[in-house]
Order: sequence, then C-alpha cells, then structure tokens
Amino acid sequence: MNKKSLGNKLITSPYIVWAAIFIVVPLVIMLYFAFTDPSGAFTAENLSHLGKYKKAFGLSILYAAIATVITLVLAYPMAYFMTKLKISSQRMLLLVVMLPMWMNFLIRTYSWITILANTGIINTLLGKFGIGPVKLMYTPGAVILGMVYDFIPYMILPIYSVMSKLDKSLLEAAEDLGSNSFTKFKRVILPLSRPGVISGITMVFVPSVSTFYISQKLGGNKTLLIGDAIEYLFNLGPDYYNVASALSMVLMVMILICMFIMNRFSDDDDGGVII
Amino acid sequence: MKALARLYVALIIFFLYAPVLVMIFFSFNESSSVWVFTGFSFDWYTGLATDVTMLNALKHTLIVAVLSAVISTVLGTAAAVGITALRNKFSKKIIMSVTQIPMMNADIVTGISLMLLFIFIGKLLGLRESLGFLTVLTAHITFNLPYVILSVLPKLRQTDASLREAALDLGCTPLQAFFKVIMPAISTGIITGFIMAFTLSLDDFVISYFTCGHYQTLPIIIYNMTKKSVTPDTYALSTIIFACVFALLIMYNMLQTKSESKKAAKAQP
Repeated sequence: MNKKSLGNKLITSPYIVWAAIFIVVPLVIMLYFAFTDPSGAFTAENLSHLGKYKKAFGLSILYAAIATVITLVLAYPMAYFMTKLKISSQRMLLLVVMLPMWMNFLIRTYSWITILANTGIINTLLGKFGIGPVKLMYTPGAVILGMVYDFIPYMILPIYSVMSKLDKSLLEAAEDLGSNSFTKFKRVILPLSRPGVISGITMVFVPSVSTFYISQKLGGNKTLLIGDAIEYLFNLGPDYYNVASALSMVLMVMILICMFIMNRFSDDDDGGVII
Repeated sequence: MKALARLYVALIIFFLYAPVLVMIFFSFNESSSVWVFTGFSFDWYTGLATDVTMLNALKHTLIVAVLSAVISTVLGTAAAVGITALRNKFSKKIIMSVTQIPMMNADIVTGISLMLLFIFIGKLLGLRESLGFLTVLTAHITFNLPYVILSVLPKLRQTDASLREAALDLGCTPLQAFFKVIMPAISTGIITGFIMAFTLSLDDFVISYFTCGHYQTLPIIIYNMTKKSVTPDTYALSTIIFACVFALLIMYNMLQTKSESKKAAKAQP
C-alpha cells in the first residue's frame, strides 16, 4: 500500500512542481507588481490609475458581449442543422468548421482589411453600382465582426458536440407525447444543449474581452480596448509594469466573475466542459 | 425548411472562408498590392524559399511545437494517472482547479504573468537577456499541460481499475502494468492530447509574444509583418500553412474512417 502511494507521488510531483512554479507563482508575482511601485515599495496607487481606463474596460465588455451574442445567434442554428445531416457529411462539415481555427488568426483578421477597406472588395463592388465608398474599416462594427469571425468555431463546436450526443429517444418520447417541433425544441433540445452553449459563451467571451490584435488592426487607433492598454503599457518598459499588472489583475478578476456567473447557470459540475 | 437549412449552413461556411479565399487569391498577385489584382505569378512563393528570417521562424515554431507537445504529453499523462489514483478529495480538487487556470484565464494574462516570472528569474541569475528559447518553450508546455491532462483523465476514468490489479497479481511490476494494460486503454486520449498540444503551440501568438524575446516564432514574424504594410508574401506563407493543415486533416479523417470500418468489420461476425 505504502509503495503504491510512493509511486503515485513520484509520477504526480513533477507536474505539481511545474504547476506551482509556472501557474501559481507568476500570478503571485503579478499581484506583487500590481501593489508596488517601480522601486518595490508597497502602494495602492496603481489601482487608482484604473479610473483612466474605465472607458477601455467598458468598451471591452460591451464589444465582447455584443460579439458573443451575435456568435451565439449565428452558431446555434448552424450546430443544430449540422446534427440533422448524414454522419459522413457531419464529419466533413466539422472539418470545414475547424480548418480556419488551425490557421493563424492574425492573417485571418488581417485579410478582412482587404475586404472592408475603402478601396477593398465590398466598396469596389458597391462603387460599380455608384454607391459609396462606405466607411467600414476602423469602426466598432469592424472590431465586433473580427471577434465574431475569429471565435465562431469555438461556439459551433461545443454546441454541436452536446447536440450530437443528445439521446434520440428523448425526442421520440416528446413526439409520442404530442409535442410539435417548436415545443420539442423549447422543452427538450434547448435545455439539454445548455452546457454546450455555456462553454461556447466562455470560449468566445474570454478571448474577445482580452484581445488586442483585432482592435489594433480593424479598429485603428480610435478603439482602445483593455487588451490594447495592457499591451501598450508593457511595451513602454519596466517602469510601467506595475500599472499594467494592476490592469491585468483587474481583467483576470473580471473574467473570473463572469465565469462564476455563467457557471451558476450550468448545473453540471463535471469540472468544466471542453470540446 | 430543408432548403433553408442548407442555405444557412452554406452562408456560414462562406462567412468562414471568405477571408481565406481572399488571402489565397492575392497570394498569387503579381504586384505587391493586396488590394488590386494585376496579374498571376508565383513570385511570392519562390521568394519565401530564400527568406532567411521566415525560414528561421518556421524552424523555431516547429522546434517549440514538437518539444512542448512531447514534454507536456509525458508530464501530463503521468499527472493524470497520479491524479486519478489520488484518494484525498481535497488535494484532488486543488490540483484540478490550478490545472484549469491557464485554460480559463485570458492568454494575455497568462503571457504577462509568465513574462514577469521569467524576468524575475533572469534578474536573480544575472542574465543579460532573460527571454528566449527556454522561456517560450516553458510557456508553451505550461499552457499545453491542461489540455493533455483533461483529454487523458476521462479515458482513465473509463478504464477498469481491476485490470491493473489483475496485471499486478499476474506478476507485472507497476511500470509493466502501466505500459501493458493502462497505456493501450488510454492511448486515444494521449494522442488527442498530443495533437491538441502541438496545434495550440503552432498557432499561439499572444503568449509567445510576451515570452519569446528574440527567439521569434512564425506568428510573431507575421505580427511584425502586419504592423508594416502587408505584401502578398505573408498571404503566400499562410496559404502554404493552410494547405498543409488541410492535407493533415484530410489524412486524419481518412485514417479515422478506415479504423472505424475495420472495427465495424471486426464486430460483425
């Protein structure tokens, strides 16, 4: 018995040591930076700077929330229709949805500029009809579009994976009991697909709220999101690490709160759902 | 209704691929514009083959992806086996919660916190340059580990514990029991974990951005390129990556279908 637990410790401890040094300690250091000034003295002043970034925080949450809602509205029917197809076409479609995910998202975001710019594809087409050019780039709409585009596979996949595992006999039972397709959808499919929806929402919201590349490229200099602010401050050099750490810490806490609220809506405690 | 559903699926796929098509199209442009198509040429592709920075970055990306995937798969699988055998519910819960942190946290926060740690260690050791190959590798292993652990754990849970005990009773050492009994049972989980780790590492930009120093990987090079005005060579590079990934996925899919039809054939008699 003793030998077994010794062997067990031996295989788990490298990971525990790793996780402690590279997951826990970095966060502690960030916390330390957030509450000290560049000379290392304790201060709460960094947090008082946060007022300056109120607008960036607000915009980040607003854009990410809008993008998440749009993504959900677009992805849910997609996932639902996918489950209706033949198994072989389902697998094909799954690959088609996943393929853009394995491509560099920087380029995928960037090629939207070719489509949206004043001399871009859409405006050239509109110009043929004598309309425009319409300003599409460097607008909040472009940033939200970028978020929706980059992260929509992360919404489709978990919803699809929950829906495709749905017990078919439940649907038959609902039909036998006289449900029409609307009540079947509302009372059976919708509640049972909730875990997929919830993990989809977190997987879209978290990267959207913390992005800096999408807003830099598609939003221009006008839209400063919280990710932009953090990246900008870190690039200014070590003197700004403290304020930037404070901002990162607030971002982290904010995400944790959002996740906590989201998790209250899901009743499975399987320890997080991933694709 | 059915036709409408098909149209909807087609529209979403069009949305997903429109920028990809634009990218592929302009990678064949003769001039250096990504707006106006002047003529067809392969120049941007042949130019890539001699671009030293690009080739170096590709090498860096592959080295980091392979090493981080291998190390995180070994460490993560061992950890998953250990975690499953843990009796203490409380320590199990703590380990699992810590494991989920890099997955749940925003990449920018993970990247920055690791960067602060590496700079701190670099100062302690008196290094002139604290960021580089080792730090980006460490960072990648760190964000890969949770994905490996969480794809191996469910497979372990499905594995009958008495199998291992039977192997031990029949005279296997614990190590033999692991490699002969447990490992085959959880192999699909290990492979999934490895593939996920490899692709996550290939594609990572945000965490590498804060931890790589001068050891630039491909996404970092692409980022630097998109900071200036982009020329079709970036698109050409991405088209090549796209083609490779596409081929890999098709292959993987074919293998899967093959092994499934084999299984079905076996199950039949």
